[in-house]
Amino acid sequence: MTAQPTDDVLLDMHRRMVRIRTFEQEAGKLAEDGKIPGALHLYVGQEAVAAGVMTHLSDRDWITSTHRGHGHLIAKGGEFGPMFAELFGRATGYCKGKGGSMHISNMDLGMLGANGIVGAGPPIAVGAAFSCKTQGEGHAAVTFFGDGASNEGSFHEAANMAALYRLPMVFVCENNGYGEYTPQANHQAIVDVADRAPGYGMPGVVVDGMDAVAVYEAAGEALRRARAGEGPTLLECKTYRFFDHVGVRGMGLSYRTDEELAEWQQRDPIALFEARLAELEILDADRAQAVHDETLAAVRAGIEFAEASPLPDPSVLLDDVYA
Amino acid sequence: MSQAQTAAQANETRELPYVAAINEAVRTVLTEQPNAFVAGEDVAGAGSVFGYYRGLLDEFGDGRVVDTPISEEGIVGLGVGAAATGLRPVIDIMFMDFMGECMDEIANQMAKMRYMFGGSASLPITVLTMSGAGMNMAAQHSQSLEVWLCHLPGLKVVMPSTPYDAKGLIISAARDDNPVFVALNKMSLRLKGPVPEESYEIPIGEANVVREGTNFTIVTYSRMVHESLKAAEELAADGIDVEVIDLRSLQPLDTDTVIASVKKTQRAAVVHEAVRFAGLGGEIAAQIQEHAFDYLDAPVARVGAPFSPVPFSPALEQSYVPNAAKIVAEVRALLGA
Repeated sequence: MTAQPTDDVLLDMHRRMVRIRTFEQEAGKLAEDGKIPGALHLYVGQEAVAAGVMTHLSDRDWITSTHRGHGHLIAKGGEFGPMFAELFGRATGYCKGKGGSMHISNMDLGMLGANGIVGAGPPIAVGAAFSCKTQGEGHAAVTFFGDGASNEGSFHEAANMAALYRLPMVFVCENNGYGEYTPQANHQAIVDVADRAPGYGMPGVVVDGMDAVAVYEAAGEALRRARAGEGPTLLECKTYRFFDHVGVRGMGLSYRTDEELAEWQQRDPIALFEARLAELEILDADRAQAVHDETLAAVRAGIEFAEASPLPDPSVLLDDVYA
Repeated sequence: MSQAQTAAQANETRELPYVAAINEAVRTVLTEQPNAFVAGEDVAGAGSVFGYYRGLLDEFGDGRVVDTPISEEGIVGLGVGAAATGLRPVIDIMFMDFMGECMDEIANQMAKMRYMFGGSASLPITVLTMSGAGMNMAAQHSQSLEVWLCHLPGLKVVMPSTPYDAKGLIISAARDDNPVFVALNKMSLRLKGPVPEESYEIPIGEANVVREGTNFTIVTYSRMVHESLKAAEELAADGIDVEVIDLRSLQPLDTDTVIASVKKTQRAAVVHEAVRFAGLGGEIAAQIQEHAFDYLDAPVARVGAPFSPVPFSPALEQSYVPNAAKIVAEVRALLGA
């Protein structure tokens, strides 16, 4: 098993989670004010998963993400300025305004894009893991996907291939209980997606996705296996989406109860983590608040950067269709 | 004669079947590019059901010639992810018809990733796949679906008609930093033609005037090039001197060569094996009327398959696939000959 996280790692994970939460809350407000075009799928509630996994990765390790991808990019090292600029459709965005929220990416950070197609990421991560194996430098690929995506054929094909080739890869299922608006019980006959893992010849592990340390430890072991040539792992993190499928309040569809949401909010991954850090005397309430304040200032600076950035000139419309 | 001259002459006259030219092209790619690998169904141990990867596993090993499960979406995803992260995959989709199993990875990932990422990703992927009817393989193993691909910005599409073009286009595709589909033709596998031993490129986007003529242009590609040439011989007896253009590359399309020819001949037909309705012929006819309307003496004719799935029975399949006789009849009807 992976060693317990050091104090520095714990503080690092805390910072990553707060960065995600603050970015997403502000992005949500901007979207509701009509300042961000298009659709936003926000990651609030699931921060412990991105932070617990990404703390193990370098820029040379690859990830594929989902339509709910901001949190993955932030945890992988994404900067607020070019991220907001992309959400605003500005020329200074990570994708020069051509991708937006659903395709936000950064190749230099090893982030192969959010993806508008549910389940498209796992096969691409198989390719990235194949590169890592071929290059033989100990790098790995991680694919994030939801319980909904676990019903796509692409997931099954990718899982089979990754296990067959013993690729340095981790399948991280963020089971937030809903495929868009459909509860898990209405879209699959199993409770644990990890149960599928033995069918592909890989271990399946279930962890509490609201507990960053649990995710960190399980991801550490999965990545150790991956880098050691022992093949992939399916790591299922049980988590919850505090905002709606799209936006904050979304389309107002009644598909889950306020009580259920409140129950999960009792287990807010950041609050839980801060209580633990306080108990361990690693981070007191004042210092935690300072992290939130600094992060909010950085997020606001990122928004200012985006708002001050130019829109793409129409002359670039056809650039980058081809190399 | 010196030894060098003898070798040069032997090289000029060396003939290979289409299938061997493909094999030689892929061997060249794997030799020249250390980051290249081949992946697909039955490509390694079996050397492909069409035989064109035969011997490559022994020569390059199972890290570079990779058998995959029957998982087309997984295979194409493997190509996309590997290409984005530094390798140069040659992906095999056994039959073009199987694109239905992997169209998301083709249409929404491979074709769009570079653009969506603001140009930060390169996808040097070559996809080899097999098109065409004529072998009684029925509706799901005989289609010519190139327009599915031509309609997707971000992809390049080539369809070689000869062994020479097959080798050169595959080498060019593998050196290109974009995804390039090379749609091969199953009826042409045993077709022989001259193929130089050395590595060479055929520029993607350049058509080839395979027969010069003065008063009619046939624009075609893949196996229909040969049927068009036969038709041209027959039409010559009627005093119709046909110029035949082998497009070779469908995306990008060499419109300049087509337009220059039509301006000279003033009459044209587009011939392809794909279903005529919404086929590439419609696009080419539109481009001709946009760029050479005043030169045209007749509407642009289109020859293609009827609007039906490819039938199984040899009797039905023969009447389905375009051929020289149908091309001749269409041209004669157009000219009132």
